[in-house]
Amino acid sequence: MTATNKAGTAKPPLLETRELMIKFGGVTAANNVSMQIEAGRNLAIIGPNGAGKTTFLNICTGWIKPRSGKVFLEGEDITPLPPRKIVRRGVARAFQIPQLFTEHTALENLLISAAAREGLRNPLQNLHNIRQRDEMMHLLDLVHCTDVADRVVVELSEGQRKLIDIAVALALKPRLLLMDEPTSGVASSQKHEVMEILVGALAEAGVTSVFVEHDMGIVARHADEVAVWNAGNVQLRGTPQEILEHPDVIRDVIGEEVA
Amino acid sequence: MNLTIFLLALFDGISYAALVFIVALGLTLIFGVMRILNVAHGSLYAIGAYATVSLTGFFLALGFAPVFAFPLMLVSAVLVGVLLGGPIEWLLLRRIYDKPEVLQLLVTFAVFMILEDVQRLLWGTQPYFQASALQALGNVTVFGVTYTVYQLILLPLVAICLLFGLRFFLRHTVIGKLILATTEDREAAQSIGIDADRVFLFTFVVGAVLAGLGGALASPTTSILPGMGADMIVLSFAVVATAGLGQIEGAAVTALMIGLGRSFAVYVWPEVAVLVPYLIMVLVLLVRPEGLFGSPVARKI
Amino acid sequence: MSDISRHTTARGDVKSGGMPSLRALLTLLAVLLLAAVPFIAPSMQLLINLALAKGIAVLGVTVLLRAGQVSFGHALFFGISAYAGAFLMASLPGADLILVLIAGVLGAALSGLLVGLFVVRYRGIFFGMLNLAFSMIFWSILEKFYHVTGGADGIRLPRPTVLGMALERSGFEAVIFYLSIALMVGLGWFTLRWFASPVGQIFQTIKTNETRLEYLGLSPKRVLLSGYLLSAILCGVGGSLMAMTQGVVTPEYVWWVRSAEMVFIAVLGGAGSVRGAFIGALIYEIVRVYASAYAGDIWQMLLGAFLLVIILFAPKGIMGIADGLIHRGGKRRATTAEEAR
Repeated sequence: MTATNKAGTAKPPLLETRELMIKFGGVTAANNVSMQIEAGRNLAIIGPNGAGKTTFLNICTGWIKPRSGKVFLEGEDITPLPPRKIVRRGVARAFQIPQLFTEHTALENLLISAAAREGLRNPLQNLHNIRQRDEMMHLLDLVHCTDVADRVVVELSEGQRKLIDIAVALALKPRLLLMDEPTSGVASSQKHEVMEILVGALAEAGVTSVFVEHDMGIVARHADEVAVWNAGNVQLRGTPQEILEHPDVIRDVIGEEVA
Repeated sequence: MNLTIFLLALFDGISYAALVFIVALGLTLIFGVMRILNVAHGSLYAIGAYATVSLTGFFLALGFAPVFAFPLMLVSAVLVGVLLGGPIEWLLLRRIYDKPEVLQLLVTFAVFMILEDVQRLLWGTQPYFQASALQALGNVTVFGVTYTVYQLILLPLVAICLLFGLRFFLRHTVIGKLILATTEDREAAQSIGIDADRVFLFTFVVGAVLAGLGGALASPTTSILPGMGADMIVLSFAVVATAGLGQIEGAAVTALMIGLGRSFAVYVWPEVAVLVPYLIMVLVLLVRPEGLFGSPVARKI
Repeated sequence: MSDISRHTTARGDVKSGGMPSLRALLTLLAVLLLAAVPFIAPSMQLLINLALAKGIAVLGVTVLLRAGQVSFGHALFFGISAYAGAFLMASLPGADLILVLIAGVLGAALSGLLVGLFVVRYRGIFFGMLNLAFSMIFWSILEKFYHVTGGADGIRLPRPTVLGMALERSGFEAVIFYLSIALMVGLGWFTLRWFASPVGQIFQTIKTNETRLEYLGLSPKRVLLSGYLLSAILCGVGGSLMAMTQGVVTPEYVWWVRSAEMVFIAVLGGAGSVRGAFIGALIYEIVRVYASAYAGDIWQMLLGAFLLVIILFAPKGIMGIADGLIHRGGKRRATTAEEAR
């Protein structure tokens, strides 16, 4: 797919930002960000805290509006749209702090997601009996959470909640999934395993992903491409090998991680 | 509309706004600091009025001069703040600061229900009227319009003094700065040794005193009867919501807007006069959901 | 919350529909007992009828509590529906009972939509207080425009015909009584199903996470509006039944005390419980009638004090206590699809 794009067809990139600018107080969180995200790849965003990574995800999904600049989804200007309309166009999001319905069970969170996707309106049908139930059980299985399907979210561990949060986003069948530190809260011994599952699931469903990540080991193994964020803009972009061996990155980003 | 009617409407509006502002000030102060909307605030206002009428009647019967009504207003207000406000915060609100907003609202609503009946038990359902303070100050004539000094000069003066007094108090005194620090971040304030419980108690008592004072000051200008507390809580909420919850200066501006809007309506279209404050509120909130002076808070994700 | 226990497999009885649960059995018994009231305790009929009308209105408040919202002004829809019926009877003498009910529900739904479009922009304090403000506005209109509304005295609602028949008093009272029971069962059943349905479950997420709701591609405002409309309609049905039972509508129908009463009963019955709304209303009405002889002057005070006690010491209300007994201490979650059964 990327090959045909490079060959010069008119197909616009999946997501594109042009000259995004935003400031919070005196801090520039996005400084002239122009970026293209091609379909079919897993892009990792790395960079020091406060570099504007989460802000970038917030702008792309319409949660905050840039002071200037635009966001395009396959060529359509989505800058003025509220998050729900961007989500409806196939962009899902998982959060650094999981955003779940805390009084519902893990499975119910997924069922509600499926119901939202399908626009289920029958007021006499039980949520647990919807047709998408098996599909949602399969998703739970995919993120290794079948055993906690009927547990209320507040009872789950931080790592489980992160996974359910991602599963809820996947339940929307998005074209693009934005994830904010998907493996934070997951025990470090399981991080690679979780990412393995996740990347597999994304590939199976044909979902393009962008994920913010602090763990360079994860980035090296699971990303197809890396963007280095600094002071509100993309400083470098390339394959994991190119980026992780780059002297600037070793100094500015990895150095901090070690510290 | 000729000049006389215009001035009458203007003066009505100003004096009314001054009263409403004093009550709203207490409501918005408590909300700003404690994040609690005290529905019982209206009852404290009504009880302040009843207490003033009773005390004034008692002392005048003993032969005191009508001027004595003024210190009695202050006494009533302080009594309301200390005897009612104190226990409400200390016995009830203190237990529910970490509870959902809806539960807090229900608790103050329950207190409101209790206090409404307390008034009826103590003062019955007959209206009271005690205007000696109003008469003691006499009248003043402005451009041919005669108006009471009490409503035209004293009430606005008290309102302005309270506005600037509270501003000064919060920004330039030690206690005021402790209150602001607690408002900003309760946990941080506690970690540097501020006793947040006492700050909250103090704030609530001050807010309750303001409600009582509003009632005390209103008592010579209106008949005191059951139901006035319910009207006042809704009205002062309208003022505070139009301004933006917790906005002290804003409450002054919106009180004036609402007071003037209502008094001019009395002369132009009397049937809808009582609706004007709410129409203003709804119109403002339609355009600016967070109130005229409030700022929207984006949730961090 | 610490009291959320492991999920009991209640889904089984949803799907299989085999053995009726103890809960369903008790509900059936209670309904049959109510239906027998005109025969075994005719003096209670009117009282129970008023309690049922209130219970349906309380159900409206209960719906909102499921989304974590409380309205101090839902008597507005109760009153609008009652007045709509009274105006209909005034302009169309001898109109049918069904027509009165439809007019009331339409009035409540329309006003619910208008007020709802405005208040769903807010939550918590603002939501509760803006609802109160709207009910006070309508109350002022009823009092001020007395040449249309009859002012504080209200207007009479003459007895409507029933399917074309003009019934005498006792016959009409029986019709209203059984209609109330039918509506209680029908609307209660519908509300339970709705709570458990995808739309109802999505509605209840307003309480826990609107950010995720938005990121599911849904508008939290529209979601809240759907439940708000249901709640307004339920209050409208209650108001219409009440007006036809009493034969007169007054501004007292929309007075804040009426709204407070509804919230009180909803919390008393168990915040969010459908059965609790009716059990609460029945207990409330019966206690009120017998207590008013002794404590008429301090009725509100007692309510307020009792409300404080429930909130501070038994936040799950009567249904919470009953559940505790039924499940021998096994507590269940408040918002799941199963609970709504």
